[in-house]
Amino acid sequence: MTKFWQLAFEGFSLGCVYALIALGFTVIYRSSAVINFAQGSMLLIAAYLISWLTVNEGVPFFVSMLISIAMLAAAAVGFQAAVLRRVRRMLEQPIFTVVMITIGLSITLTAAVDAIWGPQQRLLGDPWGSSAVHAAGVVFNWDKLWAIIFVAVIVAGFYAFDRYSRYGLATRATAADEEAALAVGIPVMRIHALAWGVAGSLAVVAGLFLAGFPNSPNPALGNSALLAFPAIILGGLESPLGAVVGGIVIGLVQLLTQGYEPGWLGNNFYEVAPYVVMIIVLLIRPYGLFGARPVERL
Amino acid sequence: MSAALVQRVRSPRALGWTAGWVVAILLPSVLSEGQESTATFVVIGAIGAVGLGVLTGYAGQISLGHAFFLGVGAYTGAVLGANHHWNAIFWIPAAGLVAALCGLIIAPTALRLRGLYLAIVTIGVLFIGQDIFLNSSSWTGGPEGREFPIVHFSSSLDFAYGNTLNIGGYTIDHNGLYYYLGLIILAISLLFVWNLSRTRMGRAMQAVRERELAASVMGIDLARTKIAAFVVSSFFAGICGALYGSFLSFAQPGDWDLTLSIQYLAAIIIGGMGTVMGPVLGAFVVFGLADVIKTLSFVSQNGSGGISPNDFSSMVYGVLIIGFLVVEPRGLMGLGARFTSRPRRRGGGATLDPRREGRQFAPD
Repeated sequence: MTKFWQLAFEGFSLGCVYALIALGFTVIYRSSAVINFAQGSMLLIAAYLISWLTVNEGVPFFVSMLISIAMLAAAAVGFQAAVLRRVRRMLEQPIFTVVMITIGLSITLTAAVDAIWGPQQRLLGDPWGSSAVHAAGVVFNWDKLWAIIFVAVIVAGFYAFDRYSRYGLATRATAADEEAALAVGIPVMRIHALAWGVAGSLAVVAGLFLAGFPNSPNPALGNSALLAFPAIILGGLESPLGAVVGGIVIGLVQLLTQGYEPGWLGNNFYEVAPYVVMIIVLLIRPYGLFGARPVERL
Repeated sequence: MSAALVQRVRSPRALGWTAGWVVAILLPSVLSEGQESTATFVVIGAIGAVGLGVLTGYAGQISLGHAFFLGVGAYTGAVLGANHHWNAIFWIPAAGLVAALCGLIIAPTALRLRGLYLAIVTIGVLFIGQDIFLNSSSWTGGPEGREFPIVHFSSSLDFAYGNTLNIGGYTIDHNGLYYYLGLIILAISLLFVWNLSRTRMGRAMQAVRERELAASVMGIDLARTKIAAFVVSSFFAGICGALYGSFLSFAQPGDWDLTLSIQYLAAIIIGGMGTVMGPVLGAFVVFGLADVIKTLSFVSQNGSGGISPNDFSSMVYGVLIIGFLVVEPRGLMGLGARFTSRPRRRGGGATLDPRREGRQFAPD
């Protein structure tokens, strides 16, 4: 049973990080119906940026985290303003194009990380490292505990912002109907920029914990971020609640299959188990557990 | 020659085609061995890109799972060609058919989904496929990888190293044989897609791309159209994969990864979506760039000092994707059309609506 609790704890913690990545996808999708395929590479850059600032430049860890959040948020807003806004003005149905642009961005950023920092592994420079609390036979790594605490705080903050602030209301209005939102005077483009900024900040925190012990900043992080896709599919693309629930479920599924992997499924099945869950869910509920089935109008 | 035919031959379009083919046929004689090998990868890659062009360019369905179908084709070729000693004239088409069958099995799952959900599911297919490749050691060699069979038609037409083919005093070596085989298959693929784009099915695909709901109201069977696009695309991917594996001669399951899928997507975006020749031009940029870039001074030659050619070419085509989609969504083909097409309306009449123009991917 100890093994189960250990795996459940680790799975829950990993799930919280996935929830954060998934939230990053959802925030952008909700405001502009675009899936940002560059979320994973933004996270990758963030992890390397923190590592570089902390380890090479000697900046205190939390300061470098804040600097990275500011830089990523600014870069994401800048990208939205400089590139995506142009496309949206130019085209009638720009979603396909914008999605492709995010794929292009992802290619560029991933190659840039590889070109700047090289393929070798680095230290993240986080203050908790591999320290842990032992209780009831389960090892609680501080890294994983902090992930849970951070995510809880961020999700609570996100909920409060979404529910009670003017911009939260405007975001929900834009998500419900962009044209109607424009008609009542909501600055839709500013809402989109805000969504990109939030997604950029979320990517930093997610990257920070995805690269934490026993992992490290490495080029494969961008791919592990793709595991948040099953999470958003599970939850439904436009639902923040779905993103959080989906993320946690996927984290648990991944760690539990890793721990109790039946031999007949072959090696490394746990790496694809989330995708198998995703496909099964899609076959049963094509718009996820919390997603809204779109109404078609001619 | 009838007047109509003369006019057709004289059109810039036909001239461009003819010139393109002449250059393509004569190219190997002026290239070094290394460049010839790159040219062969470009031609083989172009076959796969033309296939993805049907699914994404014509039918408008984003797929990130193309590399999986390439892998299926490559392993089918390897199992039939190397393990069962089939002749290449059978295992190359068989590779396409098996990949198409996989597409047919997966398509109905994908069909329940619309738009972006499909893109995500194809990523899932890619990763699950990779896991299957890793675990089917008897076919794929497991994590260590396996060798792929050399194309062999007959004792006089064997593509193995050291063998040459003499045609009228012109000697074609290993790379050249693969290049011309790829070119012939590419020509057939282009002809097929060119014709497909003008059939009922091809037009249905374009209608689905433009507006799914409107297409279905017009009586187009969405499921059938999307399945057809998926199957055609996987067939070409299978053929491309079989040739690619054979020319590489060795591959590991990890080689059929997301990066490869994204390269094909990049090729069709850069070349021009919804055009016949676009994917070929795009393949030239994406698969040929690293080789051209090697000659630049700030690019490292041996991995030390400077930026690696692969990284730099990835950055270049990543930026090209963004640049083209923002400035010219019809890719290189659209750029070409800007220079060759004459203004159709004279005087102060109505101009083309730029918003509409940007969305016209259809071949004209």
